[in-house]
Amino acid sequence: METGANPNPMLPKFLRVVKRHRELPDTWTLDFDPVGGFPFLPGQFNMMYAFGIGEVPVSISGDPARPETLVHTIRAVGKVTEALCAAGPGTEVGIRGPYGTAWPVVEAEGGDLLIIAGGIGLAPIRPALYHIFANRSKYGRVSILIGGRSPEVLLYPAEVRQWRGRFDVEVEVTVDTSNQAWRGNVGVVTSLVRRASFDPAVTTAFVCGPEVMFRYATIELTKAGISPNRTFVSMERNMKCAIGLCGHCQYGPDFVCKDGPVFAFDKIERLFRIREV
Amino acid sequence: MKRIADLVAEHPIFADLDDADRELIAGCGRNVTFKPGELLTREGAAANEFFAIRKGKVSIGTHVPHLGDAVIETLDAGDVVGWSWLFPPYRTHFDARAIVATHTIAFDGACLRTKCESDPAFGYKLIKRFAAVMMDRMQATRLQLLDMYGNWR
Ligand SMILES: Cc1cc2nc3c(=O)[nH]c(=O)nc-3n(C[C@H](O)[C@H](O)[C@H](O)COP(=O)(O)OP(=O)(O)OC[C@H]3O[C@@H](n4cnc5c(N)ncnc54)[C@H](O)[C@@H]3O)c2cc1C
Ligand code: FES
Repeated sequence: METGANPNPMLPKFLRVVKRHRELPDTWTLDFDPVGGFPFLPGQFNMMYAFGIGEVPVSISGDPARPETLVHTIRAVGKVTEALCAAGPGTEVGIRGPYGTAWPVVEAEGGDLLIIAGGIGLAPIRPALYHIFANRSKYGRVSILIGGRSPEVLLYPAEVRQWRGRFDVEVEVTVDTSNQAWRGNVGVVTSLVRRASFDPAVTTAFVCGPEVMFRYATIELTKAGISPNRTFVSMERNMKCAIGLCGHCQYGPDFVCKDGPVFAFDKIERLFRIREV
Repeated sequence: MKRIADLVAEHPIFADLDDADRELIAGCGRNVTFKPGELLTREGAAANEFFAIRKGKVSIGTHVPHLGDAVIETLDAGDVVGWSWLFPPYRTHFDARAIVATHTIAFDGACLRTKCESDPAFGYKLIKRFAAVMMDRMQATRLQLLDMYGNWR
C-alpha cells in the first residue's frame, strides 16, 4: 500500500479543520480534507502542530479506505492537545506524516484476531478495525475487547454499539467503575481475555491503550497461549522530529517514531521489565 | 437430566479434580436459578453458601450512601461468587445480584468445610483453587485502583 509520503518530512502541510466533533468532555475528533487525499496505514501517526504552541504525535483514527478525509481523535491533556481540541472549523493546523509502523493487518490474515483497546487507545486502533471489517472474510474469529474508566467516558459509543450488532465479530466492553444502571461488564479489560473465543495457535493480538494496561494485557495473552511474536502493541513516547533523527523517542535500541509505534511484543518484552526506559 | 456431579465436572473451578472429589463436592451442591435483579448474597448476611455460575451474569457491589449502588465487578459463566463461607465470621462482604437470568450450582459452605476438615488432602486441593481465584481477583482490583485511563503514560 502506498502512503502519502511528504518530500520534506519536516515540513508540515497546512490543513484547515473542516469538522470538529466532541466525543467526550476532554476528547474531540477533527476532520480534514487534504487535497489529493492522505493515504496512510492503520496504526500510523501524524505530527500535529498547533501554531505558536507546539507539535505532538497523534495517531490517525479514520478509515484507511477513505483517504479523502483525514481524521484525528485527540484527548486534551496539556497545552498542545488542548489547543488542538479547541481548533474549530476553518482553523489551520500544521500536519506532517504519516509516520511509523502499522498494525500487521495483512500478515494476520487467515488466523484469529484478538484486539484489546483501553481508553483513548481505541482511536489508534480504529483504522485497523475498519480494515478488518472491510476484509472480514480474510480472518477467522475476531474478538474486540474494549475497556474504559466508566460508561460515560467510553469512546465512540454509537460505533461500538454498531460493531456489537454484527454477527461476525465478538465485541465485549468493560468499565472500571459503574452503578447498577450499567448492565455490561465491570472489571479490568484484561479479565475479558479468558472469555474471548480464539485459537491461541493461530491468533494475532493487537493491544492499544495506556502502557500500564498493556503490561498486564500481555501477561494475560501469554497465559492464554498467544505467542509474544504474534502480539503487537502501540507504544507512546515524547517526540520531536518523528523521523528517527533526534533520539527523543528512544526506547532501548529503537526509536518509537521510526521502528514503532507498533511493535511486536517479543521485540520489546525485555524492556518492559526495566523501569523508566 | 444432568446430575449435580455432571454440572460440577463442567465448571472450570473444579476442572481436573478426580471423580471421587467431584462426587464429594456435588454432595454439598444444588441447582439454583436467579431472576434478573435477584440477590445471590446480601452484604452483612450469613455466608452459608457460595455459587459456581454456569450461565448468566452477576454484579458484585455495595451501597455507597448518597451515591447509590456501586458495582465493583461483574462475574460470568465459569466464575465463582463468594468466599466468605471459608473464613469466620462467615459473613458476606458484598451484594451479589443477578443482572440477567443466572444459573448456578449453590454449595453449602458448612457441608464443604466439614469435608475439608475430615479429608485435608481434598481440602487442600479445593482451597488451592479458591486461592488462585482470589489472587486473580485481587490483582484485577489493584489494576482497577490504578485508574489507568487517567493521565498516565
Ligand atoms: C505515536 C503516538 C500516537 C499518539 N496518538 C494519540 C491519539 O491518537 N490521541 C491522543 O489524544 N493522544 C495521542 N498521543 C499522545 C499525545 O501525543 C500526547 O497526549 C501529547 O503529546 C501531549 O502533549 P501536550 O502538550 O498536550 O501535553 P503535555 O504538556 O506534554 O502533558 C500534559 C500532561 O499530560 C500527560 N501526558 C502527556 N502525554 C500523554 C499521553 N500520551 N497519555 C497520557 N497522558 C499524557 C503528561 O504526563 C502531563 O501530565 C500519541 C502519542 C504517540 C507517541
Ligand atoms: S522523535 Fe526524533 S528520533 Fe523519534
